[in-house]
Amino acid sequence: MADVAVVAFAQAPQERHSSGTTNGVEALVPVFEQLYASTGLTNRDIGFWCSGSSDYLSGRAFSFISALDAIGTFPPIAESHVEADGAWALYEAWLKVKMGEVDTALAYGFGKSSAGLLRRTLALQLDPYTVAPLWPDSISIAGLQARLGLDAGLWTERDMAEVAVRSRRNAETNPNAQLQGSKDVDELLAEPYFADPLRKHDCAPVTDGAAAIVLASVERAREFTENPAVITGIAHRIESSHLGGRDLTSSPSTSAAGAAAGLDGARFDVAELHAPFSHQELILRSALGLDGAVRINPSGGPLAGNPMFAGGLTRIGEAANRILSGEAGRALAHATSGPALQQNLVCVMEAAR
Amino acid sequence: MTKQRAAVLGTGQTHHKAKRLDVSMAGLCREAIDRAMLDAQVDWKDIDAVVIGKAPDLFEGVMMPELYLADALGAVGKPLLRVHTAGSVGGATAIVASSLVQAGVHERVLAVAWEKQSESNAMWALSIPVPFNMPVGAGAGGYFAPHVRSYIRRSGAPQHIGSLVAVKDRRNGAKNPFAHLHQPDITLEQVQASQMLWDPIRYDETCPSSDGAAAIVIGSENAAAACSNPGWIHATAMRSEPTTFAGRDQVNPQAGRDAAASLWKQAGITDPLEQIDAAEIYVPFSWFEPMWLENLGFAAEGEGWKLTEAGETEIGGKLPVNASGGVLSSNPIGASGMLRFLEAARQVMGRADEHQVDGARTAMGHAYGGGSQFYSMWVVGAAKPE
Amino acid sequence: MTATQSPSTPLSAPIELSFDYTRSLGPTLSAFMTGLAERRIVGARASDGRVFVPPAEFDPVTAQPLTDMVDVADEGSVVSWTWVPEALPGQPFDRPFAWALILLDGADTPLLHAVDVPSADAMSTGMRVRARWTDSRVGNMNDIACFVPADGTAAPSTATPGRVEPVEMITTPVQLTVQHSASIEETNYLKALEQGRLVGQRCPVCEKVYIPPRSACPTDGVPPGEYVDLPDRGVVTTFCIVNVPFLGQKIKPPYVAAYVLLDGADIPFLHLILGCEAAEVRMGMRVEAAWRPREEWGPTLQNIEYFRPTGEPDADYDSYKEHL
Repeated sequence: MADVAVVAFAQAPQERHSSGTTNGVEALVPVFEQLYASTGLTNRDIGFWCSGSSDYLSGRAFSFISALDAIGTFPPIAESHVEADGAWALYEAWLKVKMGEVDTALAYGFGKSSAGLLRRTLALQLDPYTVAPLWPDSISIAGLQARLGLDAGLWTERDMAEVAVRSRRNAETNPNAQLQGSKDVDELLAEPYFADPLRKHDCAPVTDGAAAIVLASVERAREFTENPAVITGIAHRIESSHLGGRDLTSSPSTSAAGAAAGLDGARFDVAELHAPFSHQELILRSALGLDGAVRINPSGGPLAGNPMFAGGLTRIGEAANRILSGEAGRALAHATSGPALQQNLVCVMEAAR
Repeated sequence: MTKQRAAVLGTGQTHHKAKRLDVSMAGLCREAIDRAMLDAQVDWKDIDAVVIGKAPDLFEGVMMPELYLADALGAVGKPLLRVHTAGSVGGATAIVASSLVQAGVHERVLAVAWEKQSESNAMWALSIPVPFNMPVGAGAGGYFAPHVRSYIRRSGAPQHIGSLVAVKDRRNGAKNPFAHLHQPDITLEQVQASQMLWDPIRYDETCPSSDGAAAIVIGSENAAAACSNPGWIHATAMRSEPTTFAGRDQVNPQAGRDAAASLWKQAGITDPLEQIDAAEIYVPFSWFEPMWLENLGFAAEGEGWKLTEAGETEIGGKLPVNASGGVLSSNPIGASGMLRFLEAARQVMGRADEHQVDGARTAMGHAYGGGSQFYSMWVVGAAKPE
Repeated sequence: MTATQSPSTPLSAPIELSFDYTRSLGPTLSAFMTGLAERRIVGARASDGRVFVPPAEFDPVTAQPLTDMVDVADEGSVVSWTWVPEALPGQPFDRPFAWALILLDGADTPLLHAVDVPSADAMSTGMRVRARWTDSRVGNMNDIACFVPADGTAAPSTATPGRVEPVEMITTPVQLTVQHSASIEETNYLKALEQGRLVGQRCPVCEKVYIPPRSACPTDGVPPGEYVDLPDRGVVTTFCIVNVPFLGQKIKPPYVAAYVLLDGADIPFLHLILGCEAAEVRMGMRVEAAWRPREEWGPTLQNIEYFRPTGEPDADYDSYKEHL
């Protein structure tokens, strides 16, 4: 089986309100142009395409179809779509390269979260018989999860605020970040609760955006970049849908995905974690065994901008970028999906030798 | 660097009905899954990953319903991947499951596709007014009927071809206990006397609206060794093109032709009509049988209807098409494509019961979606691929 | 406005999604919902011995169906909670309230529901709460209006518990509003329509003229180029006759829905053909727009009520066959 590498990543600016349509075309055209420019590939050269998006975000059925215009889809292309974050589209694209069917693939994700009331829409991911009819919003679900850990002494509100401060200060060097810079921890802790025990800084902002990654077989990867980020492991796992039946203060699916991706106590220079809430980063760090030596979310992470259905793919792209730029040798990326970290993907990348 | 061999180990499907009010969404999926796992003689511990597909989430009013279904799918602690490629999704789901085995990632993968249309109303979900778009008020068949007219104009096909397909598929469906519609005695006269809904498409020439699910267990060569008659996957293909563009051939879309060409090449098939023993082709409106026969290369352009008219697509003909009754007999939208894929597999596994095509060794399954723009197909065979 | 002017802002309008989903339950959920209608809360015992409330239909560990139903109390302890300062549509209250994970006595997994207290100060982990039942129970989650602090006294009975017919269906309304935006190109096209003009755009690569214009050429993936004014007449490429009545239909069948290729355009769009008998419509027929009265015009193709025959000779099949 072929080894697969990330050879390019591009993203749209993360915005609170984009003026574009919900079909992503305006956001994706410049993103694809960046990828073509950096790799020398054209839309005709890509062996396989896969996208991630959501009909519920755009409020209509088959909303992913119009996005194909951004590619220029005639002559016809080999293409697929997942109703999930673009990280899972990347997983499907990775399969096609790994099995030797193609030697290049492009995965993209897009979403215009501002078109609806995101936290309310996400209630429709909950059990449709016994939970969703009450419309518990995604921030409230996260609030319940955060308090479980606070009460158990697993983290403090100060720990959570420190995650927010670090994230938004890191974002100062990320030109695509939606939120940059932060007050200090004591100032944040003086702010009122937004969804007690969560304050605004604990929650990812609502973000419109898009992101895309080009994959290539390792044999071809150096045609497109000097420092390909070779995917040495990628795996994902899901947990039970019964919120009450899960231990919400841990993330066994992240640990299992990490083990399957070959984490194995290895050292990382950088980790990009898809934690839309501050306490979830603490859960993920514990699940993945990451200590203080690892740079966490140097891009600013989801607390600085979290484009739904592109946010997980963005983590993989930001982690890969540290290798592509030559500054990191080994990077970890994580993507999440579903209520309270229900489903998690882990991707391990290394600089090609 | 070649891909691993993969095979269908077992298949299962629900009894498809307009409204399956006896089960939840999870229960519907499990009915198909339990049958597939029994057929494949596997247990939950044998399943490494689950791939699931369905059409738009708005049909059931649940955002990414696989999240809620994780426990019912036996996916807790495993990888679960949701595919959505419009009407071709059932086929695309089976292909992604195949890829997981072919890429050497997993030994056995469960593929599931489903739709519970009775939770809402697909017509409602598909016709929610989108601002600034003018609803023409043509209804469900209004999109496809003009293209059928174009086909008739181009090919010179006689008017009764569409009705012949409907009679054949409904009679085939009567042999399939899982089919939604059972009309063993339907006649050409009855179909032709049914109401002309979207001229040139008649009522009896359209598919029903169904609740249903389908499941396939796909395994590696090792896993298939324990199976008495696996359905080997010889080729898979997916292609997409835009819904509309200047100069688009809506009758014989290039994406379908390209997917078929790739499929036949991978499977080493040079003359599909001679080499394929049974085909399960996605035919929601009866006229699409001759159209797809041409698109897939079973007949030259403009000649597909002649195979239908000569009875060659009946069981016992040169190329039995939709021996199961096809989409015209059951249409749980998201599952319909997978039903085509699994019915093709049942044929080469010798497990198609009353609608078995004698001696079927090589079969193809086909699905399409959107505005005839997304295609997924596979070739399965009784023999292990070289 | 000339065709090359850019609009200040794209047109935008809400999509309203509203449907009452009808959910059949199957045996396990039916037992739970029937229990609610009878003012009882039932859970299901899983393979590890835990009693799930609400019941899990399928065991999270073994994936087997769970049918061992267990009655639990309608009173329990708060395991976790969060405060909702501003309720969202559909939630149990339209004023501030708490969500809580509540471990009912006899259950092993907590239930998510609302707690009615005046402020977050009244909430604490471990506090005892009990269900406040609605009077008219139908067998769904809203039969429990909310939970309230339990004061140690027995719950006041608001209705007599009693056996009801098994609940096999629930109805779940889903209402969402999503703000839909037109693209810049579509906005230009719609604003031109508002003035009675048909404006397409030419792809700079393939030079095809698209109406409506697209944000990117579907074959080349590049943003569109120059604007092109198009006439309000053209040819019917293909069509169907709609004979079937359906929900929301505005015209009495039979009528014709046809692909109309405007002169100078490279792509047809679907529109209505009226002004002649449906049976007279032909592939290749020349048609022109029948505009609504000017005072009714808006930014929509509906300004053209329908297309009607011009009476010109039919177009040659060869002239439009590439558009079928």
